[in-house]
Amino acid sequence: MLMGRTFTRPENRKMVWKQVPVEMVKLGTDSIILVAIISIFMGVIMTMQVVLNTENPLLPRYTTGLMLRDTYLLEFSSTIMCLLLAGKVGSNIASELGSMRVSEQIDALEIMGINSANYLIFPKIMGLVLFMPVLVTLCTGLGLLGGMGVAKFTSLITVDNFVYGLQYAFIPFYFTYSVVKAVFFGFIIASVSSYYGYFASGGAIAVGKASTNAVVKSSILMLLMDIVLTDIMLT
Amino acid sequence: MIEVRNIIKSFDGKQILHDISATFYDGKVNQIIGPSGSGKTVLMKCVIGLHRAEKGEILYDGRDILSMQKNEVKRLRREVGMLFQGAALFDSQTVIENVLFPLEMFSAMTKIEREERAKFCLERVNLYEDKHKLYPSEISGGMQKRVAIARAIALNPKYLFCDEPNSGLDPVTSLVIDKLIKEITQEYNITTIVNTHDMNSIMESGDHILLIREGHKAWEGSRNEIFNSDNQSLQEFVFASDLFKTIKMNSFNKNL
Repeated sequence: MLMGRTFTRPENRKMVWKQVPVEMVKLGTDSIILVAIISIFMGVIMTMQVVLNTENPLLPRYTTGLMLRDTYLLEFSSTIMCLLLAGKVGSNIASELGSMRVSEQIDALEIMGINSANYLIFPKIMGLVLFMPVLVTLCTGLGLLGGMGVAKFTSLITVDNFVYGLQYAFIPFYFTYSVVKAVFFGFIIASVSSYYGYFASGGAIAVGKASTNAVVKSSILMLLMDIVLTDIMLT
Repeated sequence: MIEVRNIIKSFDGKQILHDISATFYDGKVNQIIGPSGSGKTVLMKCVIGLHRAEKGEILYDGRDILSMQKNEVKRLRREVGMLFQGAALFDSQTVIENVLFPLEMFSAMTKIEREERAKFCLERVNLYEDKHKLYPSEISGGMQKRVAIARAIALNPKYLFCDEPNSGLDPVTSLVIDKLIKEITQEYNITTIVNTHDMNSIMESGDHILLIREGHKAWEGSRNEIFNSDNQSLQEFVFASDLFKTIKMNSFNKNL
């Protein structure tokens, strides 16, 4: 029902769409640093772990680059990054809407004759969903760059081996798969968090509870959706 | 004029409002008074349509909000302004942006006209240029209430609702807010409904008063009739304060 109200025709289309880039900055651009730091460091660590823990001489050295690439494309840049974003963005959305609810700002919108769900939630969903492909690309790129750094600055693996691994048996569809999953997950994070924030009632405790529920429930829903999407797209 | 007829409202099977009927007049400050928990806010929220009454009629100049379609309710709400207990200003917007918001959303004015109207409304509540660019968190509670009034009157409402406008304010600021509400009501001939339990406010600005007690209508009348009424509920509510007991005794002695 809330989604029905969110996706109805707005009272003033221009005002609602004007909020989309604002939310894109708040939810997307402001998450770039977090995503970048985690992606680079995980790229470095995963490369080191793969090299150090695959001692089988039958395994070619380029396996490291291949494993890192596929891990990032298949799961890390979509699922793991979105689980992290659920913590940052999800709690942000739920606490913002929850505070607006308890301080009667949402009631004020309703009294003005504004569809508050549409005005507040629609730009958040659109902002995050539209920005997800950027975050996925950034996460994958920086993760692989982290791995490349290990190859360049340590003696664990040569750059040639690493780059060969990155290019070996590359399936471009994996990138599409990753973006599609991230878009779905972005929708889940924004909508589930909005739901808990929008219907928060009481005071500060209720806002905190809404925030926690938003993170937990959207994470669980994302993991379930991951199974469904993988089954549909990769089998 | 807003007429409320035989309103009944329950929550989780517990009846909160019992068959309440009342009339709220144009150009007058109509006050709903009563002790905390008596059902004042529920009644006000039913009248605005934030809660849906189970039975009865709520007539805005003859138009029953309970039998309206959602779109009709939305249109009606553009004729309504509301001042919330905590002001409910949008904290991500500056003072002037808060007042501009309903104008940008609904009016067909040009940008310059909208800005002029917003400035006019803010100056009407005595908030001048130096405060316009501040955020709600940077101004006092009294100023926040004034901004909320300016926002409420931006679209020239026919009906103004004020939920405990004096809560959390000192007596002097309360007086300023009461005066503003009264002046605006008379100036624009608005049907104003104020929800309060502040006796100073009742004596200062109340024109027509409705007393609610435990969800029942206990008394309805004008401010002048308060001291002469022998209604038990009204006596208990009004003269709970020693100050008002003294005022009544003084007036009684004077008459003798």
